[in-house]
Amino acid sequence: MLERVVSLNADYARAIDDDRLEDWPGFFTEKCLYKVTSADNHRRGLEVGVIYADSNGMLRDRVAALREANIYERQSYRHLVGLPAIVGAEGEVTRAETPFLVVRIMRDGTMDLFATGRYLDALVDDGGVLRLRERVVVCDSGRFDTLLAIPL
Amino acid sequence: MGEPTRAWPSDTLTRVPFWVYQDDANYHAELRRIFEGPTWNYLCLESDVAEPGQFRTTFIGEMPVVVVRGQDGGVHAFENRCAHRGALIAIDDAGRVKHTFQCVYHAWSYDLRGNLIGIAFEKGSNGRGGMPAEFCKADHGPRKLRTTTLCGLVFGTLAPDTPPIEDYLGSEILGRLRRVMRKPVTVLGRFTQALPNNWKLYIENVKDTYHASLLHAFFGTFRITRLTQGGGVLVSPDGAHHASYTIGVPEDAMSAAYREQGIRSELDGFRLADARLLDSEDEFGDRIQLQILTVFPNLVIQQVQNSLAIRQVLPKGLGAMELHWTYIGFADDTADLRQRRLRQANLVGPAGYVSMEDGCVGGFVQRGAAAASDELSVVNMGGDGTESMDTRATEASVRGFWKAYRRYMGC
Repeated sequence: MLERVVSLNADYARAIDDDRLEDWPGFFTEKCLYKVTSADNHRRGLEVGVIYADSNGMLRDRVAALREANIYERQSYRHLVGLPAIVGAEGEVTRAETPFLVVRIMRDGTMDLFATGRYLDALVDDGGVLRLRERVVVCDSGRFDTLLAIPL
Repeated sequence: MGEPTRAWPSDTLTRVPFWVYQDDANYHAELRRIFEGPTWNYLCLESDVAEPGQFRTTFIGEMPVVVVRGQDGGVHAFENRCAHRGALIAIDDAGRVKHTFQCVYHAWSYDLRGNLIGIAFEKGSNGRGGMPAEFCKADHGPRKLRTTTLCGLVFGTLAPDTPPIEDYLGSEILGRLRRVMRKPVTVLGRFTQALPNNWKLYIENVKDTYHASLLHAFFGTFRITRLTQGGGVLVSPDGAHHASYTIGVPEDAMSAAYREQGIRSELDGFRLADARLLDSEDEFGDRIQLQILTVFPNLVIQQVQNSLAIRQVLPKGLGAMELHWTYIGFADDTADLRQRRLRQANLVGPAGYVSMEDGCVGGFVQRGAAAASDELSVVNMGGDGTESMDTRATEASVRGFWKAYRRYMGC
């Protein structure tokens, strides 16, 4: 299982960093939760997210909006995803926690450490493919520079 | 200190010189005359300091401030600065003390009103050292604010002559504020957004009803532009505060229309795959889908469908600021309504479908006008006045901001 989670995370990060955002919803099951929050909100049980998608359709809408509607300066990410810890298993669901670090590269070459945190995942085997039923992105900091367009 | 160094080009409110976003002396004058002047600054929610001794730290301009509930039930606020060497008295975002705050540096202590009440080794040790006998604690202390509360919001001012908050806002804006802040609130989460621009560029952006459908293409791209919508902008008589609003068609018809559009998604342009995003409830019973309200100089209260948030504007130097987002619901929300608030939070905030552009556009002005300090920006849509209008194709409330700004700044 550890190997499958590592592989999923590697593919997930490459899809985003290579600007293949259209592939991003495919890492999630049809019924899913993707949320970006802060460690502080998470610790206090405060529910709101900077991004909150409780269906695969909402993930696809996010990508469509980034491609067709939203305006932001050209930028890309470089994800460094750490090793997952398998922290639980209940029935078909495996729970994993994985640290990440994201560098943001702006069009003028400015590189910033944009976000660090951990992925709190619920993973399931979806017809032979390991997919995310839930990915809660808990950012260590609750402070976001300028805007968050590309998903973490 | 902090005299404005340059004159305004004329008496018109339709032209704004770019040096106002670039001049360091002017920035410091703003901190004194506006934030520390006779204005009401939003500090925190009343529920953040619900119990005696419960405190929250924040800022008025760049001045650090402690807000705390007193033993008497009142809300007190004072500069977060020890009278001794100037260190922060409270060093966390929030917390609770029993009866006193104690500076960590040399253990000078303060009561919940910010009065200096204790000095470590005041009488010295073994009869030696200590403070001079004539040192009077009552003459030393951090600056104290006057506070007022309104609909669960705590405001503070350093000036003795700031009018009562109701008079400060005027009846029209007060009514719009009461419309949203009508019940005890629950905090759903907090985020900070760091913006690479002068604080005024954000305030102007929020007051600018003209840009909304032009910069924020989300609703248009997904064909959610509602031709049936009406709307307008209310500006307080002094220009300082505003409330803009759009009125939608009845909610049930809207939701059905969205779903219908969703079904046709493959046939014709872009449609939302999951139209639940916009499935909202007319919780205020007046069909107003969106209301953005500002209180001069640092508060924005937002209702975008069922997404409610308080945004606090904090200047962080000439070309930087922070936006402190507090997402709220009401204590009596149904589970359904709460879920709508969580989904519709996608519309706003640092990653918001109709607000992420506001995070970068101020920086575009800050950078674009870098070499244009003596040039003028044009604020002429809808004429040259600051009156309320029943259209959003106007910059009346932006001109209102400059009217109030120039009055406070004496320029």
